[in-house]
Amino acid sequence: MDIFLQQIINGLVLGSIYALVALGYTMVYGILGLINFAHGEIVMIGAMISLAAIQAMTGFALPGPVIVLMGLLIAIPACMLLGYGIERVAYRPLRRAPRLAPLITAIGVSIVLQNIAMIIWGRQYIAFPPLLPEDTYTIAGASITLLQIFIFLLATAIMAGLIFLVQKTRLGRTMRATAQNPEVAGLMGVNVNNVISSTFIIGSALAAVAGLMVSAYYGLAHYYMGFLLGLKAFSAAVLGGIGNLGGAMLGGLLLGVIESLGAGYIGPLTGGVLGSHYQDVFAFFVLILVLIFRPSGLLGERTSERP
Amino acid sequence: MNDLLTHWRKFKREPYAVWLGFALIGFALVLLPFATDAAMGRSWVRILDHTLLYIMLALGLNIVVGFAGLLDLGYVAFFAVGAYLYALLASPQFGLHLPFWTLLPLGALVACMFGVLLGAPTLRLRGDYLAIVTLGFGEIIRIFLNNLNAPVNITNGPQGLNMIDPIMLGDFSFSRTQQILGITFSSVHNYYYLFLALTLLIIFISIRLENSRIGRAWVAIREDEVAAQAMGINTRNVKLLAFAMGASFGGVSGGLFAGFQGFVSPESFHLTESIMVLCMVVLGGMGHIPGVILGAVLLSVLPEALRYIGPLEEALFGRVIVDPSDLRLLILGLAMVLIMLLRPAGLWPSPVQRREFAHHDKS
Repeated sequence: MDIFLQQIINGLVLGSIYALVALGYTMVYGILGLINFAHGEIVMIGAMISLAAIQAMTGFALPGPVIVLMGLLIAIPACMLLGYGIERVAYRPLRRAPRLAPLITAIGVSIVLQNIAMIIWGRQYIAFPPLLPEDTYTIAGASITLLQIFIFLLATAIMAGLIFLVQKTRLGRTMRATAQNPEVAGLMGVNVNNVISSTFIIGSALAAVAGLMVSAYYGLAHYYMGFLLGLKAFSAAVLGGIGNLGGAMLGGLLLGVIESLGAGYIGPLTGGVLGSHYQDVFAFFVLILVLIFRPSGLLGERTSERP
Repeated sequence: MNDLLTHWRKFKREPYAVWLGFALIGFALVLLPFATDAAMGRSWVRILDHTLLYIMLALGLNIVVGFAGLLDLGYVAFFAVGAYLYALLASPQFGLHLPFWTLLPLGALVACMFGVLLGAPTLRLRGDYLAIVTLGFGEIIRIFLNNLNAPVNITNGPQGLNMIDPIMLGDFSFSRTQQILGITFSSVHNYYYLFLALTLLIIFISIRLENSRIGRAWVAIREDEVAAQAMGINTRNVKLLAFAMGASFGGVSGGLFAGFQGFVSPESFHLTESIMVLCMVVLGGMGHIPGVILGAVLLSVLPEALRYIGPLEEALFGRVIVDPSDLRLLILGLAMVLIMLLRPAGLWPSPVQRREFAHHDKS
């Protein structure tokens, strides 16, 4: 029982990170109908920049959490700028092109980002310096670290903030209008280009936070980390119903739990035939199953195909 | 000057001129490995062999992406299936040594089956979902190849399989230096001619397919799926056929790759390979066979030229600042973005595509 609870806790923490990344996919998809393939790489760049900043600041006699916070405060604007730039350079000129075109530029952009990161930071894994407190609490036989609690709470707070932004503010209203119908929103006086830019900027800010969380959680960062993380977060977005904010959050948490339960139990269940190194396969299976049986996702509406 | 141009245009259409052109190209292709060997060394003949393999792969993917308009990002999975099938059935791993002429069609068939297996559940999906699912499929195949060494050792895990039998036709081994009519053919030369023959066959099949009823159905689906359906095309079956056909080309070239290298490991079937092949198709001109061939040749030869950048950097800056092999993918990614922005129909698009993209610009 305590193993079960332990896997649930691990899954929820991991899932809250997936949810943050999935929100970036789902927001862009909701407005542009485009899979922003480069989103995973923005997460990676966020992790790398914050780590570089943290490493540069470890020389000063500041408390650990302050340094980490400063790293985050440097990474967020950098990623916002990056997200804005990507949209401006690679997607905006192709808004009227055939569907395949922006998808291919997106793949191109993600390759470019990956390789720039590799050239700057090298091929090796970068370790996260031990700056954060490592207190561990035990609840009903399962252990949870302070870092895990903090990641989960911060992710939840950010998601609540995003919902408030989309539902209650003027910017959120224009975003929802653009998602429904960009032409009509434009006629109603919404500056569609600005809305799209701010969508990318907000998504990239979330990605920066997620990047730092992942590298702090695993204690590592790597130029290739964005690819798999991006794929899983996309799977989470599809699982929840792409284009739906609540769906992305639910999908992320659910995928995290599925993955961690799957990795924990696949060994004993198959008599040791399949081990936990198949962990990364679960997200794809979930993705394929959802696409076959409920392509609109858990919370998505059943809409007719968009042309 | 204009006169000359019209004369040239008229001459181009003459049947004997067309045959003369074919004869010249054929002659050049036959002499190419010897000329390359003499001018640039044996390693470049090996690059030629790889180029031919890439042309086959690109033409296979062209059927899926170019003709039918289905974005497949896991194409290398079929290449992997073909290669591992050959490796398992013609190596000491299981002590099996099937002959090449059974393995080649078998590889095509099994890859084809995998194509149907992947396509059947996913082809109902819209383009961008399909891209993600195929991407996931490519990764799943690689993860399995990496891990299927326990509990029963099938793929030998990350170490890969080696001592694969070379390609043999009867008693003629392609991996040995042979004397024919007093001319010495080394192993890379032998493979060049074998790959050339198969590439020409695949080009021939592609051209025939393009103009066939099926080929036109693919293009119809690419242009407008609903309209195609209204015209009585069974879109699901026709798309599935495109997937299976493209996969079988991948399987064939995978088998050739395994026999040629004598060694396969999961590392050769990374996502970047899928993207490389996709790049060839996109760069050359989706759906246009000469364009795709051009793309494949450019992208397999140009990265090799990058190795000269290292000495150049040393000469300019006194040391190697960026490892040239790191630049390969970076340039590839940049090329993908720039091509899409500046020449969305590719370097050498088909007339139909060019018209279509011009239309899109206006709207």
